[in-house]
Amino acid sequence: MSTPVLTQFLNELLNGRLKMVDLTQTLSPEFPTIVLPPEFGQAWPFRIEEISRYDERGPAWYWNNFSMSEHTGTHFDAPAHWISGKDLPDNTVDSMPVENFIAAACVIDVSKEAAENADFLLTIDYVKAWEEKHGRIPERSWVLLRTDWSKRATPKEYLNMAEDGAHSPGPDAEVVPWLIRERNVHGFGTESVGTDAGQAHHLNPPYPCHYFMHGNNRYGLQCLTNLDQLPPQGALIFAAPLKIRNGSGSPLRVLALTPSA
Amino acid sequence: MTEPLLKPRKKNPVERTRLATRPPGARSRTALGLTRAAAEGRFELQVCADCGSVQYPPREVCGYCLSEHLAWKPVDNRGELIALSTLRHSNDLYFRERLPWRVGTVKMTAGPVVVAHIHEDCAAPEGTGVPVRLTLKLDRSGQAVLHALPAKDTPNMNDAAQMRESTCDPKFRRVLVTDGKSAMGLATARAMLDAGAATIFLGDPSSWKTVAAFDKLAADPRVQVVELDVTDTDSVDRVAASIGGKVEILVNTASHLRDGGILGRKDVILARDAMEVNVLGLMRLAQAFGPGMCFRAADGSNHAVAWVNVLSIHALAALPSRGAWSASMAAALSASQTLRAELRGAGVRVLNVFPGPIEEDWEQLTPPPKLAPAAVAKAIVKGLQDGIEDLYVGDIAEEIRERLRDNHKAVERELGQ
Repeated sequence: MSTPVLTQFLNELLNGRLKMVDLTQTLSPEFPTIVLPPEFGQAWPFRIEEISRYDERGPAWYWNNFSMSEHTGTHFDAPAHWISGKDLPDNTVDSMPVENFIAAACVIDVSKEAAENADFLLTIDYVKAWEEKHGRIPERSWVLLRTDWSKRATPKEYLNMAEDGAHSPGPDAEVVPWLIRERNVHGFGTESVGTDAGQAHHLNPPYPCHYFMHGNNRYGLQCLTNLDQLPPQGALIFAAPLKIRNGSGSPLRVLALTPSA
Repeated sequence: MTEPLLKPRKKNPVERTRLATRPPGARSRTALGLTRAAAEGRFELQVCADCGSVQYPPREVCGYCLSEHLAWKPVDNRGELIALSTLRHSNDLYFRERLPWRVGTVKMTAGPVVVAHIHEDCAAPEGTGVPVRLTLKLDRSGQAVLHALPAKDTPNMNDAAQMRESTCDPKFRRVLVTDGKSAMGLATARAMLDAGAATIFLGDPSSWKTVAAFDKLAADPRVQVVELDVTDTDSVDRVAASIGGKVEILVNTASHLRDGGILGRKDVILARDAMEVNVLGLMRLAQAFGPGMCFRAADGSNHAVAWVNVLSIHALAALPSRGAWSASMAAALSASQTLRAELRGAGVRVLNVFPGPIEEDWEQLTPPPKLAPAAVAKAIVKGLQDGIEDLYVGDIAEEIRERLRDNHKAVERELGQ
């Protein structure tokens, strides 16, 4: 019987032994969106227009229209987002299995390294050292990279553009296939604007996290926040993208369930 | 001699802000020929094709030979001031607030005798006429009026109160340049500073992007950076809420230009991006800044005075190799005409700028001649100082404009090749 489990879960949540952590950035027009070279089409940033607010446009109701891309704000990357995942089954947000919306999470804290080096790359050795301290990464688990990037106050600091492009941390080209092959992870999540590092176009292959994760039907989460409130192991992530037909990804609310400290 | 304009003192915040009044604006349809000439900075009167006599005031048939063939043509603007009056009383609300006001009679070299506003540097005629130059200016009603200026320029002549009523001089005014990071925005800001603008509010649509020339300009104490993205209603509203009451000239340099026609793409994303910036951006700015500018349209000597849209000559004739962008330019022109009608009630002028290709990143493959952004900016400043409302900049713009009048089908076919 699974009912007692759910009852117990709800009790734990209500009595405070479990807490929910919102890993979602607020959708606002100022929140930076990934910037491609200007000759490419660009992902729309979040934009919002008031339809009415208890006024002559609608006396008793308040509502807005908004627009954005599938990859704006805190968002989910489906395998179809990358060419390596284009022919996989159930590779879009509307077709992926609903069970996959829930998974455990390992949080690898590289915030110190990222503060010292914006181009910090996560390596296999770093993950192995982390496992020695916090235990092996379980199968079907999200790997979330805590960089404290979400604490950067302005779009300028967050995107961190220089003349040679963006500088932000991410995984290197070896650790991503290793995480899939050796640990069978669910996907990879970051606080920065993409799952790959700012300079990942210079890696081989370019954008390895997108290339390998999506090429193996795994997922991506980016623009996460509050990762500093999660334990290295033991949190559960609820991340359900919008059901967009043939959608390559979607903004979403990412919730973590974690034991109270 | 005209006293040079002094930097306006800070406003007394407990005094009521004076609202804008307008001089009489009714004109016959024929008299709007004067308005057309004034709007583009030309001096034109009707000339009879049959007897050659120059007409004033505008009329349906020649005042000498009754011919119907009257054409608007540039004419000699010289004349002699033969009578001068200084009005010290008026029942008209607009003139009551601006007394004393000099009006006079000018006998034109071209023939007609006209009544005109008389510049304070024109000497009073004593027995003999005083040589003057006539100019057609738009007044605060947006209609053409004749001003008599001294035969030769005098120091500070543009500072005269009567002149300031028909012009939009940036001197001592505070100017918002909506996109200060583009080549055109940077050049506009510099030109406004050179023309004596008191403050430049320099819009930054991409704070994450470092532009060295922008940072250099921002270091000038007269320049104040505002984060402003015209595609973001929140951003436009926020900036208007903080500086909207200070903007006396708004120059919309926000621009989205990309190559490409219509059939060659599978989506309308670039077209939509162009509309967002070039059309809806203009409308957002208008909704956020327009009411405040109208409210301050008579607020002291540096009152809100002008709204400038930097468009393109292709607002008038599509360039099919940039079809979506051309459509956005045409839409922006249409929106600006509505804005002009809406701002006219307060006497705030809309200056539309129609340049040919400008030397900037997105025009890289356009063959010369291309306009230096600084040259366009200089033309904008002059357009404001002259008080015109349609400005064609550069040979290409002027040629397309002329040829549209001559044979618009020929222009359409040739731009489509």
